[in-house]
Amino acid sequence: MNDFIRQLADITGSGFVSSEPEERYLYSMDQGTMSPAEPDAVIMPGSTEEVREIMLLANKHKVPVVPMGGGLVLSGLTRALHGGIILDMKRMNRILQINPKSRYAVVEGGASEGMLQAYLKKHHPELKHSMPDAPPIATLAGNICIHGSGHLSVLGGFHSDMLTGMEVVLPTGDIMRTGSCSISPDWFARAPLPDLSGLFIGWSGTTGVVTKLGIRLFPSYSHNDMLIFVCEDADLMPDVISRLTGTQVAEDMTPWMTPKPEWARGFLHINISYGAHSKKELTFKRNLLQASVKKYSDQKIAGFLPMPPTEKSRFLKIPSPDLVKFADIRKGGGFEYVGAIMAIEHFAEAYRAGLQIARTYNVSYSMGARIIGAGHAMMFFYAYAFNRADPEDIKLAQHALEATNTAALEIGGIPWKSELPAQKQIINKMDQNTFNLMNQIRSVLDPNHIMNPGNWEK
Amino acid sequence: MPAIKFDPELCASCETVDCLMKCQYIEFAGISDAKAEKLKINAGENSRVLNECLTCYACQEYCPFGNNPFYLLVELQEKKGILPAPKPIVEEQLRMMSPKGRITRQKVRSPVVNMCAFPMLTGCVRGKLFEGASVISGNDIFCNIMWLHFAKNSVIRDRVPKMIDNIMSFYLKDSKIDEMVCFHDECYGTYTSVAEAFGISVPFKPIHLFDYINRRLNEIPDLIKPINEKIAYQRPCSNRLSPETDKILDDIFIKIGAERVPRKHDRENALCCGGVPRAQQRDELADELVEKNISDMLSTGAKYCVFNCPFCMATLGQEVAEHGLMPILVSDLVLIALGE
Amino acid sequence: MSLTKKSGKSGCYAKVSEDITMLHEEILHRCFRCGYCKMPSSYIDLNCPSYLAFRFETYSPGGRMWLLRAWLDGKITLSKRFSEIMFSCTACGNCTEHCPFPGFKDLLLEAFTAARGAFLDEGLVPAGVRDYLTRMQLHGNPYGLPAKKRADWAGGTEIAPFTDQEYLFFAGDEGAYDTRGQEIARSAAKLLAKAGISFGILTMGENSDGNDVRASGETALFEELAKNNTDLFNKKNVKKIITLSPHGFNAFKKDYPELGGNYQVFHYTQVLAFNMGKLKFRENSDPVLATYHDPCYLGRHNMDYYSSRMMLSAVPGLKIAEMDRNKQNALCCGGGGGNFFTDVLSSGNESPARSRVREAKATGATIMAVSCPLCAIMLEDAVKAEGLDGDLRIMEVSEIVNDRIL
Repeated sequence: MNDFIRQLADITGSGFVSSEPEERYLYSMDQGTMSPAEPDAVIMPGSTEEVREIMLLANKHKVPVVPMGGGLVLSGLTRALHGGIILDMKRMNRILQINPKSRYAVVEGGASEGMLQAYLKKHHPELKHSMPDAPPIATLAGNICIHGSGHLSVLGGFHSDMLTGMEVVLPTGDIMRTGSCSISPDWFARAPLPDLSGLFIGWSGTTGVVTKLGIRLFPSYSHNDMLIFVCEDADLMPDVISRLTGTQVAEDMTPWMTPKPEWARGFLHINISYGAHSKKELTFKRNLLQASVKKYSDQKIAGFLPMPPTEKSRFLKIPSPDLVKFADIRKGGGFEYVGAIMAIEHFAEAYRAGLQIARTYNVSYSMGARIIGAGHAMMFFYAYAFNRADPEDIKLAQHALEATNTAALEIGGIPWKSELPAQKQIINKMDQNTFNLMNQIRSVLDPNHIMNPGNWEK
Repeated sequence: MPAIKFDPELCASCETVDCLMKCQYIEFAGISDAKAEKLKINAGENSRVLNECLTCYACQEYCPFGNNPFYLLVELQEKKGILPAPKPIVEEQLRMMSPKGRITRQKVRSPVVNMCAFPMLTGCVRGKLFEGASVISGNDIFCNIMWLHFAKNSVIRDRVPKMIDNIMSFYLKDSKIDEMVCFHDECYGTYTSVAEAFGISVPFKPIHLFDYINRRLNEIPDLIKPINEKIAYQRPCSNRLSPETDKILDDIFIKIGAERVPRKHDRENALCCGGVPRAQQRDELADELVEKNISDMLSTGAKYCVFNCPFCMATLGQEVAEHGLMPILVSDLVLIALGE
Repeated sequence: MSLTKKSGKSGCYAKVSEDITMLHEEILHRCFRCGYCKMPSSYIDLNCPSYLAFRFETYSPGGRMWLLRAWLDGKITLSKRFSEIMFSCTACGNCTEHCPFPGFKDLLLEAFTAARGAFLDEGLVPAGVRDYLTRMQLHGNPYGLPAKKRADWAGGTEIAPFTDQEYLFFAGDEGAYDTRGQEIARSAAKLLAKAGISFGILTMGENSDGNDVRASGETALFEELAKNNTDLFNKKNVKKIITLSPHGFNAFKKDYPELGGNYQVFHYTQVLAFNMGKLKFRENSDPVLATYHDPCYLGRHNMDYYSSRMMLSAVPGLKIAEMDRNKQNALCCGGGGGNFFTDVLSSGNESPARSRVREAKATGATIMAVSCPLCAIMLEDAVKAEGLDGDLRIMEVSEIVNDRIL
C-alpha cells in the first residue's frame, strides 16, 4: 500500500494525498448513523487528467475508489466499505462556462452549490440554479448524482432532470462524455441521444467519477415572495398540492410538519415560493396560488398564514442555515433522514406512518416534503436528530430510520440516497431483471469492481 | 364572567347608526338597512355584518354612546362560530401567543414601560425620553387584544385576567408601583376599554404612551429641537378604543415642531394597514388598503410615515420605505426631536 | 473572556488516569460539520485559511472539532499531523462568524486554543511553534532580539518617551523589530503627531502583548507576558493605549482587564479616523483605486470595519473597490494565531495570502491598503510570489495618507 500511495502522490503531489490516521478517521464516516469504514488513503485530484491517472492506477491494483463531493449525503454513501481510496473532489471546483442564452452552466465535478450561486449573483444576476437545502459546500455533481432536488424543483424537477451533460472518468480510466457535449462544443441538452448520463445518476458512485457537468439555469427574479399554507387534515394535502402546482407559478413547494415549536404541532404547512419580474406580476401569481385553494379557505379549514414582509426574509434565504440547526436540537450534532421519493397521493399515509414511528421510537423528528415538478412526485422526508456522543441515541435513530425505510417501501415509495440496509431492501423489492441489468452494466463499466464496492449489492 | 357591557335599548333608540353607516368596508343601502342589520346583531341573529366585518374596531369609536358595538359583534361571531380567518391560522396563533410561564419576578421602578409581546422593540425605550424607565415584556404579559380580530372573546376573558395578575405579582406589587405606561395602543385599549366592557378589573393605572410622552416633553422643553418636517400618521385600529388620546398626539407634534399632515385617511377616517385582512385571506382587499394608504400619504408631501403600532409598521413599513417615506415609530420620532 | 482553567501545564486540559478532559469539550460533538465555517456569507469562495491551503476536511473547523472528540474518546492519538492540523488554524474567526449554531459557535476558537494547550503539554507541536514560543519565553518577543532594542524603530524621529502624554503608543513586536513593521510604526506615529495626538512610547521593559501566544494555547506564558506589561503600564500610570497592531489591540482590550490591565484601548486607525479633518491634503492628487483588507483582529474579532475605510475615504482622489470577501467575510492573510512566525500554513499557491492578493488584483485596484503590520508583511511576500510586483502595492493606511498630505 505504501508504494501505491507514493504513486498516488506522484499524480497529485504529496500534499494532496494522505494515509495519516487523522484523514482516515475523519473520512471514515459522515454525519449520519452509519458505522465508520476507514479508507486506506484520501486523495484530492486537481484535474480530469489526474482523476484518469488515479483510476488507471487503482484499476491496475484493484484498489477500491470512493468518489466524494461535499460528503454531506448523511446516509454513509461515501464510506470506504472495502477500504481503498476516497477521492475528495472538492479541489476541482472551477466554474467553467455560463451560457446565458441557452441558460446552462458547466462546472467541474467538485464545484459547490454555494460557489455557483455566488458566481451567478455576481456575474449573471439574471440567472440562478436550483439550490438544494444542503449546506452550500455541497457539490453540484454529488447532488445531481443522487437525484437531488431543490428550490426550483417545482419548475424543473429533480436536479438530475436539470443535467445537460457530463464528463466522466470510467473505472478503466477512459474519459467519456454524455449529452450534447459529446458531439458539440455546447452543453445544452441530453436529448436527442441515447441517455448515457443515466449510467451515472443514482448509482451512488459505483460506475464512474464525474469530472464536469452541465446544469440548467433559470431566470432569477427581481421580485420574490413566499406563502405559507396551513391546514389540519393530511388527507387534503394531495388535492391542495395538485391545485397549487396546477397554477404553474411556484418555483418551490415544501410541505413541513414538525412537533417543535409547539404551535406547529399537528398542523401541515406548505411553503410556496415564487418570483416575478415586476410587483404586478408577483401579485398576479400570488392571486393565482390563493385562488387555486379558495375552496378550502372559503370553508375556513385551511388558508395562508398572514406574514408581514419582514418575517418572510428568512424563508427567502436560500439555502436556509436554519435547517442544519435541527442537528442541534438534542445538543448532539447529528441528524439523518429518510427521503422517500413517492407519488403525491400517498402524502397522508406517509405522514401517519411517520407519526407512528416517532411515537414508537420516541425520537426527535421533523417531517416534510419537496414537491417535484407539477405535482409529479415528491421527496417525503422523515428527519431524526440524535446525539452523536450517545451510542444509544444513535441506535434509536438507526432503528427509526430502518422502520421508516420499510414503511416508505410499503407505501410504494423508494428511499432516496439510501443507506446500505435500505439499498438491500430496495433490491429485494426490485424487479429481478432490473437488478440483473444493473449488474451487467456495472461489470461492463467496472470490470474489476473497484467503484464504491459494497453499494447496490445483494 | 359578565356579559359585554351593552345597552340594547340605547342602541335601538339610535337614529344615526353611526357604527355601521360610517363603516368604510361594508356598504349599506341606507340608515334603515344598517339599522336592520344592527338589530339582528343585537338580537343574536345572523347578519351579513358578522361575515363581512374587517374587525377594524372603528365602530367602537363611531358609536356616540360608547355602547361597545364591536365587542358585541365579536361575541356573536364567536357564539355562531363565524371565523373571520381559517381555523388552523387562528389555532396556531392561539398557541404562538399563549402564556409561556417564563416570567420571573423583577424589581421595577417608575416609569414602568410595558412592551407587551414585542421584546424586540425594547431598544426604543431609551434616552432622555425614557430616563430611568423599567421595561417589561413577553408573552406572559401579552395584552391579548388581538383576539378581537379572530372572534375569540373567550380567550380575552380567559387570558387577560392572568396577564394582569402577572403584571401585578411579578412586577408592580412588590415594587409598590400602581401605574404602567403602555407602549402600544393595544395594551392601553385592553386595560381601559376592553377591561371595562368585559368586566375585568385592573388594579393599576394604565398610562397611554402619548400621555407619557406629552408629559415628559413638558419636563424637558429645552432639549427639543423642532423637527420641521411633514409627518403622515398611520392611525392604528386599537387607537379607536381610546380616541381621546389622538388629540394628545397633536400636542406632541406641536411640541416637536412636526406637522401632522391632513390625510384623507387619518383620524376617524383612518384606514386599516392591511395586516388583518391578510389573515382573513382577503389579500386583494389588503393590497387595495395598502395602495390607498400609501397614495394618500404621498399626496401630502410627507417625509415620514409615523406609526404607533408595531404590527402596522411591520405590515406597511417596507412599502412605505419603497415609496420614499421614512417609516418610524412615534417614540423614535420624538427621540429625533430630542437629538438622540 | 474567561481564562478559567481545568489543569495541566497550559491550563487547558487535564489527564486523569486514562480519561482525558478538555476545556469546552462539551461542544465538540455538537458540530454537525455542515461546512458554513469554510465559506464567507456569499459562498463565493473558501474562506477558512487552513482549509483553503490544505483542502483536507481535517483542516476545516468541523474537522478539528471531530478529531478532538475522537482524541478524547481514545479513537485517535496525538500526532505530528494532528498537531499541524491544530496549529494551522489562524484564529481568524471566520468559523465563529458563519457557524449557524448559536449554542456553541462563540466557543469554537476557545476550544481550539484549549486543544493547542494540550498539545503543548504533550510536547507535540510543530517545530516552528516550539521555536516561536521559546523565543517568547526567553526574550519576550518572537524575534529573539534584546528588549533594549524595542524602541530602536523610533530612532531619528521626534517621538518622545511616554511620561504624562494622553496615550501610550504601543508598536508591538512587528513594529519594534521587523524592518517593514518599523516603517509602518514610524508612518502611523508620524500621522498621529500630525493630527495633534499626544502620545509617547516606552523605551524599555515592555514585551510582546502576547495575543498570539494566547491563541497558541500557551496560557501561562501569555499571563506572564501580560503581567509584565500591566505592571509596567500601571507603574507608568498609563490610561490610554494606541496600538499599531490589531493583535495587541485585541489582547489589551479583551484579555488584559482580567489580568489587572484596565486601559482605554484604541487601534491607531480608530484615533486617526476622527482626526482626518485636521490634516491638509495636497491638491490635485492623482486618482487611485485601492482595495482594503480587513485585519481579523480589528474586524471580525472587534467588529471595527470602518475606521480604516473612514481614513481612506478622506483621501482626495482615492476610491475604494471592495473585494468579494470583505468586512465580516474578509479572508485572513494567514498570519494569525502565531502562523506569522511559525509558518505552519506555508506559502503554496493556495496560501491565504496569495489567494488574497489575487482577489485584490481582480478588483482592478493598484493599492491594497492594510492596517496591520502582519498583514502588510504577509501580503507583500504574496505579491512577490504571485509576480504582482508593479501591479499591486501593499500600503498601510497611514502611509497612503502621509503620501498625500502637506
